[in-house]
Amino acid sequence: MIRVQLPAHLRTLAGVDGELGFEIAGRATQGGLLDAIEARYPMLRGTMRDQVTRRRRPFLRFFACGRDLSGESPEAPLPEAVAAGREPFLVVGAISGG
Amino acid sequence: MSKVRVLVGTRKGAFVISSDGKRRNWRVSGPLFGGWEIYHMKGSPADPDRLYASQSSGWFGQVVQRSNDGGRTWEAVGNLFPYDGVPGTHQWYDGSPHPWEFKRVWHLEPSLGDPDSVYAGVEDAALFRSADGGKTWRELSGLRGHGSGPRWMPGAGGMCLHTILLDPANPGRIFIAISAAGAFRSDDAGGTWKPINRGLRSEHIPDPAAEVGHCVHRIAMHPSRPSVLFMQKHWDIMRSDDAGDTWREVSGNLPTDFGFPIEVHAHEPETIYVVPIKSDSEHYPPEGKLRVYRSRTGGNEWEALSRGLPQEDCYVNVLRDAMAVDSLDECGVYFGTTGGQLYASADAGDNWAPIVRDLPAVLSVEVQTFA
Repeated sequence: MIRVQLPAHLRTLAGVDGELGFEIAGRATQGGLLDAIEARYPMLRGTMRDQVTRRRRPFLRFFACGRDLSGESPEAPLPEAVAAGREPFLVVGAISGG
Repeated sequence: MSKVRVLVGTRKGAFVISSDGKRRNWRVSGPLFGGWEIYHMKGSPADPDRLYASQSSGWFGQVVQRSNDGGRTWEAVGNLFPYDGVPGTHQWYDGSPHPWEFKRVWHLEPSLGDPDSVYAGVEDAALFRSADGGKTWRELSGLRGHGSGPRWMPGAGGMCLHTILLDPANPGRIFIAISAAGAFRSDDAGGTWKPINRGLRSEHIPDPAAEVGHCVHRIAMHPSRPSVLFMQKHWDIMRSDDAGDTWREVSGNLPTDFGFPIEVHAHEPETIYVVPIKSDSEHYPPEGKLRVYRSRTGGNEWEALSRGLPQEDCYVNVLRDAMAVDSLDECGVYFGTTGGQLYASADAGDNWAPIVRDLPAVLSVEVQTFA
C-alpha cells in the first residue's frame, strides 16, 4: 500500500482526512501514483499537474524519504520505501504567497 | 415571503449571505472553499438553487464548483478549459508575442433558460460554454479567432474576459468585454464576433478608430432594454444606444471617471451606479470618501450617495464584479470592497449600511431575489 499525504487544501477538496493509501499493480511510478490519485478523486484533476501537458504545477512539489522528487520523470520508479509503504509520498504546496 | 441571497466571492473563500425582504438582518454563511480565491459565484436564473462558483489558487489552479441546493452542498465539476486548436499568441506587455495560457475563470454566466448551460470568461481571454452543468467546457473560439486576437494585450490585472451579458430579447446575442482588448458582440450565439468599440477614446491609443486595445472594465445592461449598454472604461463612463455599435461619453459631472463596476437599477433603466476611484495609479476613492454615484438620466448628471458610507480615511477599492442589485420593489444595491466590507442599500442607494465589515478582500458580489 502506497501512502500519500496531500496538502490541506487538496484534502478538503477531495473530502478526505489524513493519509491516503493506494495499491498499484506492477512497477510503481510517480506518474502511475498520480493517475491513481486522480482516478479515485477526480476533483483533484488539474490541481497537481496540468491536465493536458501532465506537467507538475509550478507551486507544488513531491517529496519522499527526505528527497525532492519533483524533477523526476513520471516514468521513474518510486523509491522502494514508498512503494513498500514504509515511507509516505508527500505532495507539498510551496511556501509562498499569502 | 420575499428574501434576498447575496453571493460574495473573496480572496480567501466564498460567503452566502441572506435576509428577508426588509434587508436589515443578515445571516452570513461561510467561508466556503476557505483559503481559495473565489473570483465569481452566480446562480441560474432558470433555477436559483443552481449555483456555480469559480474557485482558484496560485498553487492548485482552477476548480469549478456547482451547487444544486442554493449553496448548502457543492461538488467540483469540470475544470479543463482547452483552447480550441493551436492557441497562438497575443501581445505581451512589451508588445512581444506571448502564447495563450489558461490561468483562471473570472466570470461565470449561467444561461437565462437552462440551468445546465453556463458560460465562463477566462484569463487568458476566451469564452467557454458548458451544456452539461459544468462537467465539460468548449471554447467559443470564433471570439479569439475573429482576427484581432494576436493584437490583444493584458491589462494590469491580466488579460481577462470579465463581462458576459446575455440578451434576454435575442437568444443569439451575447456581449463580452476583455481587459484590455475591448468589447465584442456575437449575434449568432457565440459563433462569430465583432468588436464594438467605436467611439471609445483611450489616451494610450493614438488611433481614434482603433478596433481593439481599449481597457473596458465593465459593461451593464437593463434586461428590458438590451440594446442600451453602459460601460465603465478604464477612464470614462460610456453609453451605447445601438447595442454597442457606437458609444458616447456620459461621465458628466463625476469627480473622476476612473473606476471598475457599473450597474443598472432593477426597475429604472436610466438609473445607473458607479464608484469613482481616484486614478489608475491610485486605486481608492477621491478624498478618502467612499461614495457611490447615481445618475437617474442615463449618465452625464450624477449625484453622490454617501449616507452610511465612510467619509474620511477610506482607501479601499471596489472591483469590477463586486456590485449588484436586487429586484425587490424598492431596488437594493450592494457592493463589496477590497477592505472586506460588504455594503447594502435597501432604498436604491439613498442610505447604506454594512452587512459585514471584515471579510477578506471582496472580488465579486451577486444577488438573487426571491419575491
